[in-house]
Amino acid sequence: MERYKILPHTADGKFQAYGTTLEEAFGNAALATASLMWDWTKVEPRLRHFVHFRGFDREQLLVKFLGETIYLFETKQFLLGKVDGLRIRPEFEGFSLEALLGGDTLADRYPIYGVVKAVTYHDLKIEECGGFTVQVVVDM
Amino acid sequence: MDLRKISDNVWEIPKQGEMKVPAVIYSSARLLDDIRRDMTLTQARNVACLPGIERMSYVMPDAHQGYGFPIGGVAAFDLDSGIISPGGVGYDINCGVRLLKTDYTETDVAGKRKELLAEIFKEVPAGVGKGGVTKLSRGVLKEILVKGAEWAVENGYGRKEDLERTEEYGRMKDAAADAVSDRAMERGIPQLGTLGSGNHFLEIQKVHEIYDEVAARAFGIRAAGQVLVMIHCGSRGFGHQVATDYIEVMENAFGVQGLPDRELVHAPFKSPQGQQYYRSMCAAVNYAFANRQMIAHWVRDVFARILGTSKGMDQVYDVCHNVAKVETHEAGGRSRRLVVHRKGATRSFGPGRPEIPECYRSVGQPVIIPGSMGTASFILAGTQEAEGLSFSSTAHGAGRVMSRHEAVRRFRGERIRDDLARKGIELKSTNWKGVAEEAAEAYKDVDEVVRVSHAVGLGRLVAKVVPIGVMKG
Repeated sequence: MERYKILPHTADGKFQAYGTTLEEAFGNAALATASLMWDWTKVEPRLRHFVHFRGFDREQLLVKFLGETIYLFETKQFLLGKVDGLRIRPEFEGFSLEALLGGDTLADRYPIYGVVKAVTYHDLKIEECGGFTVQVVVDM
Repeated sequence: MDLRKISDNVWEIPKQGEMKVPAVIYSSARLLDDIRRDMTLTQARNVACLPGIERMSYVMPDAHQGYGFPIGGVAAFDLDSGIISPGGVGYDINCGVRLLKTDYTETDVAGKRKELLAEIFKEVPAGVGKGGVTKLSRGVLKEILVKGAEWAVENGYGRKEDLERTEEYGRMKDAAADAVSDRAMERGIPQLGTLGSGNHFLEIQKVHEIYDEVAARAFGIRAAGQVLVMIHCGSRGFGHQVATDYIEVMENAFGVQGLPDRELVHAPFKSPQGQQYYRSMCAAVNYAFANRQMIAHWVRDVFARILGTSKGMDQVYDVCHNVAKVETHEAGGRSRRLVVHRKGATRSFGPGRPEIPECYRSVGQPVIIPGSMGTASFILAGTQEAEGLSFSSTAHGAGRVMSRHEAVRRFRGERIRDDLARKGIELKSTNWKGVAEEAAEAYKDVDEVVRVSHAVGLGRLVAKVVPIGVMKG
């Protein structure tokens, strides 16, 4: 199964990411976000960042999780190349997510061809039909 | 959607359903074709449903679909019963434009154009993943968030006179650094003094045509061929993080039930969340003012080094495109303080408004409307009619009509560079894919946008300028 598909959108970046589980779809959404900025398949996972988020619903959780790719890039020059051990758990009010993000520090061998500046709720969809599909529009 | 034609350039969505006021669209039939193609009108209608909205939900001629509010959307809310919404300001808070005049003519710079552009390219950090030249401490950043362009001038970037020729005198006084998250601070520190990427650019331009001699003279624009510099950028990752943070804060405090679009999340203006967002937004506005102040300073340095002096390089004005401000306007038959959201719209205060500097008070404030990369830009003057028409607002640019994806599929950055070179326009960029994304064909016709603005009375045409050198982030 393909991980994600980039879709046309007038102002910015839009994609759908797929997974047999919600976790897999969220992980692929992070890679799709990275794919708008660099070729994540070429990034060697030399460094790891553990991340943990809570959201009152799955949509908020997804927006916060994807925002981490931008935050780590802008503040630590970290290029995401891999998502491991992603787990989503229901909580008393909402959901929590944890994951281990693998990647490397920005270097000449990793060309950057775009910048995602924010993750939006515009046209955001999380759908279950056999597997999971998440659709996201990002501000570029 | 039920759209009623009022006159050639004015359309209305009558009040219906949940709408508290009608929506008014300032557009020609031609521009309306584009506007109808996306969600702009639905978004304008959604805005008309928000609590405490006054008069109308307004749509500018360059409008296109945004997140929550349309880009090119203007709405004002009562301070007590109304709201403030990050979606009504946009992610790039105080994305805006600064214009410098010079005493040079096209002929003076003819042989030095390449060199000027190459040196500006070296001095002004731009492009994706590029950090700034100054390593800031958190303490200094906090000072910048409070003082805006004033901080920059105090620290040797530019001139004191620049401040009065900046909207809000370069500093929104309600800014509070303590309302800003650590994440926003962290994103802000490495990016101060950078142009950024996307649709941001820096252009060396020449005056092509003057339509209003009196206003042009007041703005320091004398004749065709005069060289100008235009800087278009915003608050970088800092502003985006402020918007992201407060969308979450407002969701957590007020929920998302009943919102037609989650990007329309809002807080009562006087609630703690509303006030904290407003103060953080003001901090982001100040960050962007400081950013453009620093870039303008480096541009002057380059001109001085290569051409001998930057003496005549006075600032014409610096305008915000994405902002919410408390202003006095007529509503409900009296003069009131309202929180005016301008998202992808420029303030257009006419003659007499006390907020604009003395030097412009008889002609109206300069309104700077950049075209898409490599095409014409326009200078307008604010009008008194705009007060009644749009809470003193007009368009902000050309507005996209084609996706970045589609533009990259259709155009090649290097090809665009060669085409521009044939027209006598030098282009330098860090990113050819980014250039393709910004191809002129991906944008609306800015000439038509300003024609409508002038015809309706939102802003009066003063001059048309064209690029001779373009730096693209």
